[in-house]
Order: sequence, then structure tokens, then C-alpha cells
Amino acid sequence: MVMPGYRGRIERILKRASVKVGDKVKVESRGRTYVGVLMPRTDLGDPNHLVLKLSSGYNVGVRVEAATKVTLLESGELPRLTLPRPEIVQDPNKPLVTIVGTGGTIASRVDYRTGAVYPSFTAEDICSAVPEIAEIANIRVVEACNVFSEHMTPDLWVKIARVVAREINAGAAGVVVAHGTDTMGYTSAALSFMLRGLFRPVVLVGSQRSSDRPSSDAALNLISAVAVAARSDIAEVTVVMHGTTDDDFCLIHRGTKVRKCHTSRRDAFQSINEVPLGMVRNAQIKMFRDDYQRASQGGRVRVQGKMERRVSLVKVTPGLPSNVIRDIISSGGKGIVLEGTGLGHAPESLFDGLALAQRRRIPVVMTSQCLWGRVDMNVYSTGRDLLRLGVIPAEDMLPEVAWVKLMWVLGRTRDPERVAKLMLQNVAGEITPRTRPDVFLRPIFEAK
Amino acid sequence: MKSGTDYERIGLRVGFEIHQELDTHKLFCRCPSRLRDEVPDLQVRRKLRPTQSELGEVDRAALAEAIKGKAFSYQVYFDSVCLVELDEEPPHPVNEEALDVALQVALLLNAKPVDEVHVMRKTVIDGSNTCGFQRTMLVATDGSLEVNGRRINIPTICLEEDAARKVGENAEVVHYRLDRLGIPLIEIATGPDFSDPETPAKAALYLGQLLRATGKVKRGIGTIRQDINISVAQGARQEIKGVQELGLISTVIEREVQRQLALLEIRDELRRRGAGPVEKNLIDATEIFSKTSSRVIQKALASGGLVLALKLAKFAGLLGREIQPGRRFGTELSDRAKIYGGVGGLFHTDELPGYGITAEEVDRLRQRLGAGEMDAVVLVADVKERATAALEAVLQRANEALVGVPEETRRALEDGNTEFMRPLPGASRMYPETDIPPIPITAARIRRIRSRLPETPEKICARLVESYHLSQELAERLSLSENLKIFEELVASTGADPTLIAATLEGTIISLRREGVKVELITSEVLRDLFSSVAKGDLAKAMEDLSRAVSLEPGAAYTYVLRGDLYWEMGDLESARRDYAKALELSPEYHEALKRKRRLEDKGTGHDRKA
Ligand SMILES: [Zn+2]
Repeated sequence: MVMPGYRGRIERILKRASVKVGDKVKVESRGRTYVGVLMPRTDLGDPNHLVLKLSSGYNVGVRVEAATKVTLLESGELPRLTLPRPEIVQDPNKPLVTIVGTGGTIASRVDYRTGAVYPSFTAEDICSAVPEIAEIANIRVVEACNVFSEHMTPDLWVKIARVVAREINAGAAGVVVAHGTDTMGYTSAALSFMLRGLFRPVVLVGSQRSSDRPSSDAALNLISAVAVAARSDIAEVTVVMHGTTDDDFCLIHRGTKVRKCHTSRRDAFQSINEVPLGMVRNAQIKMFRDDYQRASQGGRVRVQGKMERRVSLVKVTPGLPSNVIRDIISSGGKGIVLEGTGLGHAPESLFDGLALAQRRRIPVVMTSQCLWGRVDMNVYSTGRDLLRLGVIPAEDMLPEVAWVKLMWVLGRTRDPERVAKLMLQNVAGEITPRTRPDVFLRPIFEAK
Repeated sequence: MKSGTDYERIGLRVGFEIHQELDTHKLFCRCPSRLRDEVPDLQVRRKLRPTQSELGEVDRAALAEAIKGKAFSYQVYFDSVCLVELDEEPPHPVNEEALDVALQVALLLNAKPVDEVHVMRKTVIDGSNTCGFQRTMLVATDGSLEVNGRRINIPTICLEEDAARKVGENAEVVHYRLDRLGIPLIEIATGPDFSDPETPAKAALYLGQLLRATGKVKRGIGTIRQDINISVAQGARQEIKGVQELGLISTVIEREVQRQLALLEIRDELRRRGAGPVEKNLIDATEIFSKTSSRVIQKALASGGLVLALKLAKFAGLLGREIQPGRRFGTELSDRAKIYGGVGGLFHTDELPGYGITAEEVDRLRQRLGAGEMDAVVLVADVKERATAALEAVLQRANEALVGVPEETRRALEDGNTEFMRPLPGASRMYPETDIPPIPITAARIRRIRSRLPETPEKICARLVESYHLSQELAERLSLSENLKIFEELVASTGADPTLIAATLEGTIISLRREGVKVELITSEVLRDLFSSVAKGDLAKAMEDLSRAVSLEPGAAYTYVLRGDLYWEMGDLESARRDYAKALELSPEYHEALKRKRRLEDKGTGHDRKA
């Protein structure tokens, strides 16, 4: 691509002047003269401007009109970002940790097409930017995929799970999955269900401030995640992210109990309905609990990756009509998770649709849009009615975790009774047997 | 520098950047631009790591530095600092009001607004910006202004966010307050077009007034700051940061000229002596000082430190050479050692024996390092890591002395001297702010702003002469003064003589301030009463009001000076003379009264009492 971002008239003018991106040019337009390096143009901006980087370092957009004159002063290279390749020295006394790249903000860089942050670093680039991780472990880097977190799919979960299993079975002490934050909770839940016989730590990590800025949280998160993968005895899928807004420590969340609770803060990830498993400060791990699966030296991880894609997550709203359910069923839906109100309720207007689901042997699972707390459908008559309609109460499971789990369960069996049994069986810590009194929202900022 | 310096001959080139805070909400969020003094609600601790710029290579040394470097603690107020300043939320779109003001200033300076503004990130990893960069945008180019009949180029006008305020520092943490972070700043840069120390201050004064004419700028100490670029022929460009007072600009320039000339002399002397690059041979001299009576060294050794020494061959006598009043070449080495090594300071043989270090210790040190009479030795007492970094920085600075003057960013000190901050950064630390799309500047917007441009000081001056019959000199002063607005209000509301009002505001009140009278107590209401009484001829009441306002005793000498001034302005010389005499009776040495009495006697008649 010689002329990234430039189209139409502006592209013709640049071509006529034999100018390409990276060249030093003079642009004369309406009594102004600018000298600078031609930069790529974002697709999203006004197409009639070209972007110059002046010698002061400032970028400036120049409107191109018919009379605009562009002169080539000096040919240049397209600006390219190069980090020195990391010199990975293998130390036989250190454990091996595999970092699985998937794209997303822990590995991102300026993108000229959109003018926005976009994944383009390879996982190796991260190693070079955060040399501390090499002090903790021998690092191996593989790429499972390279997509933005919001473009993650169930197919890609399976792909990631296979790579993780392969690495652990081949002897990695632990695996770190670098993932965009938007859907990290979904992927962590999916991996929790898919990875059977897991005997080593699998840690998902991301960053809320992109790694192209000095204040990025990526480094602390990654160092902490590698520490958990290399040094912890947690044979579960976890999420390791900032514990507070400070660059102080990270929390280790169970992969089925964690949720992104803020659009932008570093400490967006919170454990819901339980305390985190532990924390990491200066690459040292401190556990808060002992009810987790212990790691062992030997074993074999299998991937149960069969997923029923036709599962819907429906948020219950007042007066929600039954045709929402009917439409799902008529378009081939095989399972429904409801995000009910309060203790797990839905309005009468939905009952016809639920009755239809019951007749068609399509499982319906109830979670709560309160997020915190457990559903209980015996307290009020509406709840009892819903139970009679075959709705499965999913305890304190997070709605999106129940959605992932139902996809996974329907990959095993279609039998409604077995589905109900499996949904209520604690497969990967997704159900908290007892709720501690101290696990509800605390003040985010503790006023001093 | 003595006034005899031939600045033309030494090739002095000066330019400056003026940074003015705007009185709008913040540039990238809706927080108020308000400084706070209370105990903060929250402190947030962070670290920064350098990153790559769009065109640059990653600096491995800088990365290593940052990893072991200091943490930053940010002070937050819940009601005036939000997640944007905390770098916990992306920046909001640019404050359009602030951008309008910047465009207005650009048009006033005949600059050309850019077609499309691109917000850039300028990497700053000293912690003063939570995100590790300062957001800045080029708004216009190619303006100019005229000072003393000379055209001064204004190559760029930028809009940027102010940095956080540093409020403290210790060995591990630098404390910043986030109240100032994000306040919009207009940056006006002049070309290197000045060749004397005096004119830049005049140009800065003019620009200050031009900015105030927009009615959207903040006032008071720290709201307008100057960075000055200075070089002399054979010297090097220095960026001197944070000159807060216009009065200091010429001193800073004179002192910098002095420094560069002295550094060039040191270079020439080193060349005469045949000095070559300094050998990197750091010697552990701890043993020599095991029984020292130097407190500094004792303390360092007691806490597990060592004494590290470096020979600077052929530097004897030069470290003690003065390069600015009270600052020696040794101070330059010490600045570097402090910044790069984090040490408290260093010793060098030009100042030893002394500070508890004996002649015998110095002799043994010289012996140990093989330092002859023409050589100097620098020593640092601290833990090994810091002492090593400090002496490596000293070595680099010493080698730079062989070449001449290093390009540096320096901080202005209160007396007009400067100290080292960091090497001059290049353009490569800029990269695009991807969270904010480019902003087109439409022709319609420029038309709208152009139709509402405030008056320039030249036009104001002409109008003052024309409509109020002020003298050219008084009109010029008033046109650049903060009193302009109140002057026009008082003329309109009181009907008193405009020259009397202008002379009182620009003369009497300013001399009162110099005497330490709390002139801020003379509010616009007080002035309105005063001039209303004057207009009615009731001077006694006028005096009473004024005295009460400034809480001075009615009989104080200064009130007679003030009334004398008013009488003089009104042409009643006899009463004026009587009041000055009365003031001198109460306070025989009273300079202001003596001065006026003499001038009145010299003049005999006339209306003009201005200094
Ligand atoms: Zn704010």
C-alpha cells in the first residue's frame, strides 16, 4: 500500500507529484506553505485533507483543493514501528510460561486506517516491552488469533482452548492468554468449562490503558499474570487484572465469577458474589482462599469444545412480550438464558412463550440482572409459576456465564433433565455454595 | 552581565514561548479549572514506562531507568478532578470554547489557522501528566507582531493541557496535585528573533495584554509562564522553563549569556591544556575515608554506602570557576549527579580540603587516583548504584565541556540563574492522540471569530488618545494594563477627569503597592466613590473613603501624598504643595513625598506629575 488512507482527487494529486506516504513534501495551499512528512490518513476523517508531520513533531491536516500544490522534497520510508527482538535466554531453573496472543488492547498500536488504537503488536513485542517477565519465567510466545475482543467468537474460544491444552500437555508450567478486556469474562468462562482435567494455571490478562502509552496498566498486569502462571498452584482458569486504580497490585479472579464492571477504569474487573482467589504484588502471590483446584506436575488436559451456538441471552424488561421467546424458537434457538428481575422473575406476559419453550423441550435458565445475589424462585408466586414452566434457577451464576455454560452443556446433551442437572452442577466454580456477607459492592474510592 | 556586553558581537539569539492558562473548564473534560489548597480526598499511586513514538525508536536506557525509577502519587479532589485527569477515562472532545480563544489569539497575531487540528501526545514521563504524555495541538502558524519597530515572527500558536502541580518529593515518590492538570494553555512561540535581553520582556508584556483582551484568560502568579530559548554563537540552544515574572526575563537572558561565555572559556582553556575525553575509571575510595570527620561521608558509609571517585584530567581549577553569580562549573556537574544518580551532591578537589575532609585525605585520594596538579577529582558518597550513576553523569557532562555548551532544558531559579532539568528533547516524542478525531476548522468558524475580535493594544491606545485625550505615554501604558476595563467604567460612571483617573490607576496606586499598601483593598466600589466625590469637588470625603478602605489611619503621611496627587492632577498646585509638606512634617524621610515636592518645585507650574 503506497497511499494508505488517501483516495479520489487527493490520491491523484499525490500520484501526479510522485509523492508517497513517508516522503518529505512541500504543500502550498491558499497562501500557506507547509513542509513536512506525509503521514497516512485515517479513513474516518474528512477525505479532502492530507496529514503532514511538521519538523516540530506536530501533525496538521491540510485541505486539498484544485489549486493545491504538492512538491516532493525528499523520498522517505513509510514510518514503521520496530522494537528490538527480545533476546530470550532460556534458564533451566525457571519454569516455562507460554503467552498466547489473541489481539486486543494488551497488544495494540496506532492504526492508520482508523486513526485509533488497534492490535498490531505481536506477543513477542510485549516481551520486549516488559523485560521483567523474563526474570520470572522462560517465555514462549504463540498466537491463537488476532482479533479485537469484541470480535471474539465461540469458534475462537475453541481455538484458544486447543492451543492452551497443547502448551500445557507439552510441559508449560502455566499459560497466559493475552486478551482484550471487553469479552475477557466470556472467554475465561468458556475456557473454564472446556478445559477438562486442567492441572496447571491458565491466566487471562488484558489492559484497560493501551500499551502504546507510558501509563499503560499492561506491564503490571502481565508481570502479575506471568507470576501466577509460573508460581501459583491454581489449576483453574483465572483473570488477573489491576486490583485498584493504583499501580500497586493485581487481583486473581476465578474465570467463572469475574465481570468487567467499568468501561474504562484499570480496576474494572471484579469478582461477583465471592472474594477473589488472591492477589499479586511485586510478582509475589498471596492467596485469600483455599477452596480452589490445586495444580499438579502431571496430567493431561482435554478440550471439550463442542458448543451449541443457538443459545440466547434475554434481558427481562417490564411487559416483555412472549413473541420474543417465540421468535427465538422459530428461528431455531436451542436454549435460552433469562436475565430476570430481582430474585429471578419475569412478567406474566412472557409465560405463553415460556410454555411454548417447555413444550418444545428447549431449556430456559434463570439468572438475575441484579448480578449480586442468588436467584430464588420459591419466595413469590411468580417464581413458583416459572418453576412450573420448567425454568431452571441458576443459583448465583452470572448471566453471561450461564449463557456460555448452557452452550457448553447443550454440546453434551439435549435431554432437558440432564441439561437441568448439569446446569446446577458446579463444573468450574461458577456456583458459589454460600455467599459471604462481605462480597457486595464496596466504595470504589476509599475516602481518607 | 555588565551592561557593556556587545550582544550583536556574541551572536545572541533569543526566542520565547508564552504559556497562558485559560479561564474556561478543562481542555479534555468538564472539570472546573480550579486550584485547590485543602487536604486531598484521595491519593493515587502510579508508575510510568516510556513507549515508542510514531517515528522514533524505543529508548532502552529510558525504559530501564523508568522501571527502577520513582513512583508518582496523585492528589485528587472528588468534586473537581474526574477520571479523565486520573487517566481512567478517555479524553472528552476538545473544549470548543478554549479552541475558539486560541483561534481568536491566532487571528489577532495575523497567524494562519490550520485547516484541520490534530491532537498530539507529547511524551513526558516525569509524572506531571498521569498518562505519560501532554496533549497538545497546533492551531495556527506564521503570525507576527511588532515590538520597538521590529517584526517578530510567531511561527506557531498551540493549544495544550497544563500539567499537574508538583507538591513534594522524596526518595521513592514524587507528589503531584491533579487540580492543574488539564487546564487549557495557549502556547505562543516566537522565532529566535531577539538579539538583546530587554526586548523579549516587552514583547511578552504585549502578548500578555493581547491574551487578556480575549477576556478568557486566568490572572495571577503562575497563570502565565515563559519558556525562553537562548543561544550565543558557538554556544548551544537552551530551553529555560518556568519564568513566571516578566521582570526576570532580561536577567535570565543576561545570566545565560554569561554562563555560555564562561563555558566556552572553559572549553578553550581545556583545549589549551590538551585535555582529552575523560577516562571511565570509577575508583572505590571508601578506605581513605574510613575515619573521616566529614558528616556527609560518615552518614553515607554508616548506611552501607561507599565513596566513589573519578579523575577529571586537566580540570584542576575549572570546577571552582564561577559561571553565574554563585554557581560554578562544579555546580553543573552536581546538577547532573543529583538528577541521574539521585545523590545529595558531590565534592570536588577545587573546594577541598573543606566540609570536614582533610588535606591528608585529599592527598591520599589524589595519590590513589594518580591525579596530578592539573587534574581534578570528583567524589560521591552514597550506595553503589546511585554513586555509579552519579559519576557516570558527571563524566558525560565533563566530556561535553570539551565540546562546549550542551543543549539542555533548564529550570529558571528565582534569582535569574538556571539549573539543569534534562537534555533538550527532539521532535520524535510526539505521536497522535488516537482517542480524538481530527478537528476541521471551517471557514464559517473563522468568519464568526473574526467578526468578534477584541481590540488589539495598538487600537486601544489610539482610542484612548482619541476619546479621552490621554497623553500618548499614559494611553500606551493603560492599553497594556490590567486597569483598562476599570478605567473605562470609572470614566463612564463618575464623570471625573479621565487623565486624573488614568494617572491615579497607573501612577499613584502602583506606587502605593510598591510601598506595601494593600491596594487590593481599593475595590472598584471604593474607586467609584472616590472619583464621584472628586468629580463633585469633595476631596475630604474622597480621602476619608480611601483611608477607610485600606484601613490606614486618617492622619497617616501617605494619605496626604495621595490627596496631594489628586490636587496636582486637578491643577490646584498650592493645595498639593501643602499636602506634601504636611506628609513630610509627619514623616520627614518619606521618599514619595520628597520626590513629589521636588518635582513640583522644579516644575513650578504644569499639569503633568508623572514619573
Ligand atoms: Zn476532569
